[in-house]
Amino acid sequence: MSDPILSIRNLTVDLPKGGDRPHAVEALSLDIQPKEIVCIVGESGSGKSITSFTTMGLLPKALTPSSGEVIFDGQDLLKISASEHAKLRGRRMAMIFQEPMSALNPCYTVGNQIEEMFEQHTDLAAAERRARTLRLLQEVHLPEPERIYTSYPHQLSGGQRQRIVIAMALALDPALLIADEPTTALDLSTQAQILHLLKELREHHSAGIMFVTHDFDVVAEIADRVVVMKEGRIVEEGTAEEVLNRPQHPYTRLLIDAVPRRTRVERDSLDGRPELLKVAGLEKTYHVKGNMFRPGRIVHACKNIEFAVRKGETLGIVGESGSGKSTLVKCLIRLEDPDEGAVWVEGTNIAAFSKRALHPYRKMIQIVFQDPYGSLNPRRTIGDQLVEGPVNFGRDRAEAMARARELMKIVRLDPEALNRYPNQFSGGQRQRICIARALMVEPKVLIADEAVSALDVSVQKEVLKLLNEIRDKMGLTVLFITHDLRVAAQVCDNLIVMQQGAIVERGTVDKVFGAPSHPYTQQLLAAQPGQGWDVPDVSKLPPVSAASGVGGVV
Amino acid sequence: MTQTAAASPATPPAREAPLTPRQAMLRRALRHRGLIFGTTLMGIIVFVAIFAPLLTQYSPYDQDLLARMKPPVFLGGEAEHWLGTDALGRDFWSRLAYGARISLMIGIFAATISAVIGSVLGILAGYFGGRVDMAVTFLINVRLAMPVVLVALAVVALFGGSLMVVVSVLGLLLWDRFAVVLRSATMQVRKLEYVAAAEVLGASLPRVLWKDILPNVMNHLIVIFTLEMAHAIILEAALSFLGLGVQPPTPSWGLMISEGKEMLLFEPWLITIPGVALFCLVLSINMLGDAIRDVTAPEGRN
Repeated sequence: MSDPILSIRNLTVDLPKGGDRPHAVEALSLDIQPKEIVCIVGESGSGKSITSFTTMGLLPKALTPSSGEVIFDGQDLLKISASEHAKLRGRRMAMIFQEPMSALNPCYTVGNQIEEMFEQHTDLAAAERRARTLRLLQEVHLPEPERIYTSYPHQLSGGQRQRIVIAMALALDPALLIADEPTTALDLSTQAQILHLLKELREHHSAGIMFVTHDFDVVAEIADRVVVMKEGRIVEEGTAEEVLNRPQHPYTRLLIDAVPRRTRVERDSLDGRPELLKVAGLEKTYHVKGNMFRPGRIVHACKNIEFAVRKGETLGIVGESGSGKSTLVKCLIRLEDPDEGAVWVEGTNIAAFSKRALHPYRKMIQIVFQDPYGSLNPRRTIGDQLVEGPVNFGRDRAEAMARARELMKIVRLDPEALNRYPNQFSGGQRQRICIARALMVEPKVLIADEAVSALDVSVQKEVLKLLNEIRDKMGLTVLFITHDLRVAAQVCDNLIVMQQGAIVERGTVDKVFGAPSHPYTQQLLAAQPGQGWDVPDVSKLPPVSAASGVGGVV
Repeated sequence: MTQTAAASPATPPAREAPLTPRQAMLRRALRHRGLIFGTTLMGIIVFVAIFAPLLTQYSPYDQDLLARMKPPVFLGGEAEHWLGTDALGRDFWSRLAYGARISLMIGIFAATISAVIGSVLGILAGYFGGRVDMAVTFLINVRLAMPVVLVALAVVALFGGSLMVVVSVLGLLLWDRFAVVLRSATMQVRKLEYVAAAEVLGASLPRVLWKDILPNVMNHLIVIFTLEMAHAIILEAALSFLGLGVQPPTPSWGLMISEGKEMLLFEPWLITIPGVALFCLVLSINMLGDAIRDVTAPEGRN
């Protein structure tokens, strides 16, 4: 093996006092070789981003590395000055961020921004800079480099922007590339392309890549070596093949066990159950107003949507961003008024009801939103928010409070928590609170709008289990909106695939996954990361040997 | 950074139950130097205003033509009138103490009137958007096109100066900032999912506005309130100085400055003392406003 490009030895980064633990990263050692992709995997708060920020010299002021060394290019990065570090950034090491829009300056064309890298660090002539920039745009497979060169960031799609960021990172052929969740904000098919691009770069450049992610499927797709982190410590390290198929540490096993399987739990047949929710001919168009410089646009967000859901069924609605799933949901809960079509709930068409007439039907359909931090009012106690619904529908407050206590137990939270405020709960707990809030009014249909997308895998698994349990116990009908096919496969009975506002495929999970008929569905399925990886059944692995229990039992 | 340094000795031990918003706010408040300074200064002025009759031995209206222009103690005067007397022989300390009442009253009432008008308009515009927003934005623009001092002068000249008139004119003129800020704050909060959740749970419109929107834009409201309060106090002083505000012999700080201006070159303290008082009051209000913003919305601090 050649000398490592980056060598981190015993790195400890302190958290400010009053945090949940004394160190953000503790005694971390890690090597990255040239032409190697090392994946750092962990859940939120595991210290994986702190590790990459320390290397880049971008740590927030509140955090200080207290011991250890980070050897790069023969010098310890923790000892050099900020300006020396800045010189290294871009030239010798580069970073790809999660959100490409905020990593690019909206005031300059992307061509200018890439050229700036050359301007800062080299003394190339203007023509040569431009030529190199165009070559880079080609290398990251952007169509029509000339046109892209003169585009502004907002004129490009998310995937294209991420390619620009990658091109910027590659501009000066750095020895180390740090990618911090580079595909998390992207659609499935874009993610597949970006991952492919990164693999290609490994071949053509000699850079070592540090790839920070939370997604084991992405790891399976791209990693040469894997480092698993938990609470600032490395709990397991090894080649991708070893860690993914024969995880040794209990925490790694727990994480891998929580990866959504592509197989689903068998359920009772739904045949003969009554239809509870039926949507027919639903249409919704948005008119984006034009102005002096731009003609108006018409966005057809829902085109002739038709489906029916039986009592107790879970219907998955799958689609990428912009496919119209959110608009559909908003029309169903009547936050938006559909232009045309009907929504029957137990035989009543609520699509055209006035606000007043709708009121008693509001409680039939309830929703759990995606963002666990935005869906609870930070200034009201949990109890106050839970009883809101029943009180609005005329129930007695004390009676509602008793029901809230009951529901808190059902979602496995302490009923005493009703007196607390949302900031005292984690993301997973908040999502359970949201489920409880939706159930307070005894709905017939529960819509889970990307309800588990923002959660860590292990938490995600718990919440999914809870949702399934509640559905079976209360006889709920669930509409499960997601962009994640794996999750959809695990919990749904039937699936609808949406593209550009229209339903392009429908059927049972087995049919949609086994024999997709529409090219878009086929493309989505092909874009899934980690397909070559057969997730091992953790329960069948040999028990953990005593020697490997580095970080203690979870 | 100075704050972290000041705070570190008091930091709680690691692994403590998270605080309720109110507790966390209280904790931040107790560590905020600006808040402590602002509150103290403000406290002193409010105390003087409330207990003016107990703190002074003369009436602010009683003239004593035999004891005119007595200098304050620190300029060699006698302890009898420790801040001296004015051109009509009125005790300067009494006038200053009673004048605090006028300034505070103008500030609080004018800002309250503005707050009610501005926040109702702003919240409605931010919540509904569309036509309502257009109408409110138009109103804001109309208001911004009016020169405040000029309009106030004209109105006071028409209706005659009195406390009531000054308060109402300022109240009706200073709501623009409330409307602008609350409009954009409401637009942000309105997009959050808890508002959608409340609507789906059947909450009526007033309920959503009252329970979900207002508490979450309240910190902006409080900050603007302090700013406009200071603004109103200064405007009152300016109007009184021009002779179109509170009418003599009411003890107003602006009026005191105005009355002292003829003696500016001979007895500068006649202007300095009410000027410093005015400065202290506005400073304390502004510091309080800044501190409240830091304490209620720590994420907005840089």
